Amino acid sequence: MFEILEKKVWSDEVPKIKEFVVKAPAIAKAHHAGQFIILIVDENGERIPLTIADKDANKGTISILFQEVGKSTMCLGMLNKGDHIHHMAGPLGKPTHVEKFGTVVCVGGGIGIAPVHPIAKAMKDAGNKVISILGARSKDLLIYEDKMKKASHEIRITTDDGSYGRHGFVTDELKHMIEVEKIPIDLVVVIGPPIMMKFVCKVTEPYKLRTFASLNTIMVDGTGMCGACRVTVGGKTKFVCVDGPEFDGHQVDFEEMMMRQRQYLPEEKLARETCEKQTCHKS
Amino acid sequence: MSEEKETKAGEKPKKPKIPRQSMPEQDPHKRAGNFDSVTLGYKMEQAALEASRCIQCKKPFCISGCPVSIDIPGFIKLVKEKEYLKAAQHIKKYNLLPAVCGRVCPQEDQCEKVCIVGKKGEPVAIGRLERFVADYEAAHGEVPLPELPPKTGKKVAVVGAGPGGLTVAFDLIMLGHDVTIFEALHKAGGVLVYGIPEFRLPKAIVEREVQYLTRLGVDLKLNHVIGKIRTIDQLMKEDGFDAVFIGSGAGLPWFMDVPGENLNGVYSANEYLTRNNLMKSFDFPKHDTPIKKHKNVAVIGGGNVAMDSVRTALRLGADNAYIVYRRSRAEMPARKEEVDHAEHEGVQFKNLTAPVRVIGNEQGWVTGLECLKMDLGEPDASGRRRPVPVKGSEFIMEMDAVIIAIGTSANPLIAQTTPDLKLNKKGYIEVENETTCRTSKKGVFAGGDIVTGSATVILAMGAGRNAAKSIQQYLQTGEWTPNGKQ
Ligand SMILES: Cc1cc2nc3c(=O)[nH]c(=O)nc-3n(C[C@H](O)[C@H](O)[C@H](O)COP(=O)(O)OP(=O)(O)OC[C@H]3O[C@@H](n4cnc5c(N)ncnc54)[C@H](O)[C@@H]3O)c2cc1C
Ligand SMILES: Cc1cc2nc3c(=O)[nH]c(=O)nc-3n(C[C@H](O)[C@H](O)[C@H](O)COP(=O)(O)OP(=O)(O)OC[C@H]3O[C@@H](n4cnc5c(N)ncnc54)[C@H](O)[C@@H]3O)c2cc1C
Ligand code: SF4
Ligand code: SF4
Ligand code: FES
Repeated sequence: MFEILEKKVWSDEVPKIKEFVVKAPAIAKAHHAGQFIILIVDENGERIPLTIADKDANKGTISILFQEVGKSTMCLGMLNKGDHIHHMAGPLGKPTHVEKFGTVVCVGGGIGIAPVHPIAKAMKDAGNKVISILGARSKDLLIYEDKMKKASHEIRITTDDGSYGRHGFVTDELKHMIEVEKIPIDLVVVIGPPIMMKFVCKVTEPYKLRTFASLNTIMVDGTGMCGACRVTVGGKTKFVCVDGPEFDGHQVDFEEMMMRQRQYLPEEKLARETCEKQTCHKS
Repeated sequence: MSEEKETKAGEKPKKPKIPRQSMPEQDPHKRAGNFDSVTLGYKMEQAALEASRCIQCKKPFCISGCPVSIDIPGFIKLVKEKEYLKAAQHIKKYNLLPAVCGRVCPQEDQCEKVCIVGKKGEPVAIGRLERFVADYEAAHGEVPLPELPPKTGKKVAVVGAGPGGLTVAFDLIMLGHDVTIFEALHKAGGVLVYGIPEFRLPKAIVEREVQYLTRLGVDLKLNHVIGKIRTIDQLMKEDGFDAVFIGSGAGLPWFMDVPGENLNGVYSANEYLTRNNLMKSFDFPKHDTPIKKHKNVAVIGGGNVAMDSVRTALRLGADNAYIVYRRSRAEMPARKEEVDHAEHEGVQFKNLTAPVRVIGNEQGWVTGLECLKMDLGEPDASGRRRPVPVKGSEFIMEMDAVIIAIGTSANPLIAQTTPDLKLNKKGYIEVENETTCRTSKKGVFAGGDIVTGSATVILAMGAGRNAAKSIQQYLQTGEWTPNGKQ
């Protein structure tokens, strides 16, 4: 059982975005940037992966930040400070490859800003110049602005509706940096919705600009045992939970990944509806 | 006593021949629609009758057929005397999980294969009797805990809570050591909980056995993926463990490397079975993990894993559930009983057939499986006749799901983070020999599927037992010289 020590509601409108600080000393101690956990909200729950968005190894805590998109994240969101998450395994996945690259651009889209945060931090600590691009649909949905400011030398913000920062997508900002400002970039790290990662990779590909993308495929065990998370990278099948979650974005078959993510749409809808009707089996 | 007379050399039993007692089963049509146990176990009278078929050999071959050398005539005698609890306790001296082995051991290839009664007729149903006494014990209240010896102050870490790891933990706690099991998943049992379905092995049985261990004082740490949260080196250098046993199994699924394998509707057997068994997706949406209900399901393979998958597909409501196997039925590695059960339930066998391509539609869903006919050629290294493709025999079967059950290998997580752990060519952990279970790393032992590749429950338990003895010796002497050579 993992106790929730703090709860923060980033957005209470749909899409609801919430953050927990959870007591998990062993996980906090072992964690490296880029890794995730798998949790089960309650006894009948499914195993869902969430990135470790921050940690405090001294206090023995980790932060998880999530968007309520379906039954499991909705049930999770109903928990409060003092409640317990039944199971949590981690840290899982390979840590981000961190070294001194030079200038690193960290791109976080929507909820993807949270998982990009520890990577920006680690890149900065490793002596890189870190420029972060944060994209959100609107100002209200922008998360982790302060944390990202601290973790980067410079941040840039885009919103789809123009309510804050540049009016447009993260790809527009990135293109501008490359083509107009001609900033020499050594590495791009991108986390966000698959479609956004796909387009960021499209922007960097012609410049042969190395791009890491962190993939969020469907997972079951998260230990390399089932292959549910598989994706084609450079023509080869890889397991995101153990070979990733980060891959060379130019090699990833995003179309296949998006197709595989849609596998359980009708079931997810049914689960959500049952959940909305009866409130969760938790409570 | 009369039964002893019967064993006198050359003398034939005088009683009328009692046939091997068959076990009651759920009706095949009914059971193909539920996840309840297929076989229902002996009634008391049947157990006694079956026990009386054993002629109590002076030199019992059966024992040599059992990988953990259970005193089979000994426990059967107790059954005949209606001392069921004593019989259960007697078996437990050799085998920690009789309720499991009685159900899933390939008895026809082990103990029962060499039973003397089987030479002229059908062998004594050793497995069914084993299951009977274990179930009897479970039904008659909580098993009393044995007395534990004083603590030795030594600490042992066990990685993986499969049958191998559970056995090591049991043996070592009984020797007075402190034992901590680290299990990656949120439930203990290994393949017993995530792989083998409820209808063959009720999960309550596994849970009961695991609880027995924790009642004995074994510290069970779930959700601990060794290699991630802690490495083997950290366990030994920082956490104070004097020895480590690795029993992490062979959980990495193989795919076939044919086109279309990542289409929606293609699963590894591990995924399909884990969703259903560990995550209980047959009970979706009450349990949150979803599973698709498919109409036409092809399962590739001919082992236990394939049979479990195909029978699960039937129970989830498939109209047609096929086994697609490249050899013939005679070569199937699955337990015979499981193949027969599958057939009675309505599984269709496409033998001498090999898949070459999975076909999908524009939305990325499986629509068919293209296969090739095979012929049996000369025997290969395994002694089984090698399948050879028949040219031009391609054909397509309409399918909306394909489950791949062609084997697994070692998960590399531990090896990747333990550089001085020697592996063999296939990626399994190398040990000195079966008896010592010593790896190339001092204080680290290994056994079960992670050493042998996918084998059986009882072999993993046998390895666990050997490892425990070897660990005990190491803890007492501190010696790490290969056996015999001082
Ligand atoms: C490595 C990794 C890190 C992630 N980090 C975060 C994070 O930090 N914050 C966050 O909000 N989300 C994160 N996700 C996504 C998150 O796991 C899903 O949003 C969540 O599982 C949805 O569950 P649900 O029941 O609420 O929604 P559902 O209704 O089940 O599904 C909604 C969407 O989530 C996807 N999904 C469903 N089940 C799973 C599953 N078991 N694993 C992965 N995706 C699934 C589906 O494809 C679907 O698009 C991450 C995913 C991965 C693989
Ligand atoms: C579907 C199926 C059906 C089968 N049917 C039969 C049958 O009828 N009869 C029979 O005798 N055998 C059968 N087998 C084979 C048998 O189950 C295995 O041989 C046996 O379980 C091996 O035991 P083990 O202890 O070595 O490993 P496993 O049972 O595989 O257990 C290994 C455990 O280690 C854990 N683990 C792995 N890596 C780590 C890590 N890094 N850190 C912590 N924990 C870790 C795993 O989660 C797992 O719980 C079947 C196998 C399958 C898959
Ligand atoms: S453990 Fe298996 S092989 Fe040994 S006696 Fe029991 S059923 Fe037979
Ligand atoms: S070989 Fe058969 S008959 Fe003889 S002791 Fe064993 S079980 Fe009994
Ligand atoms: S989630 Fe099962 S192998 Fe990756």
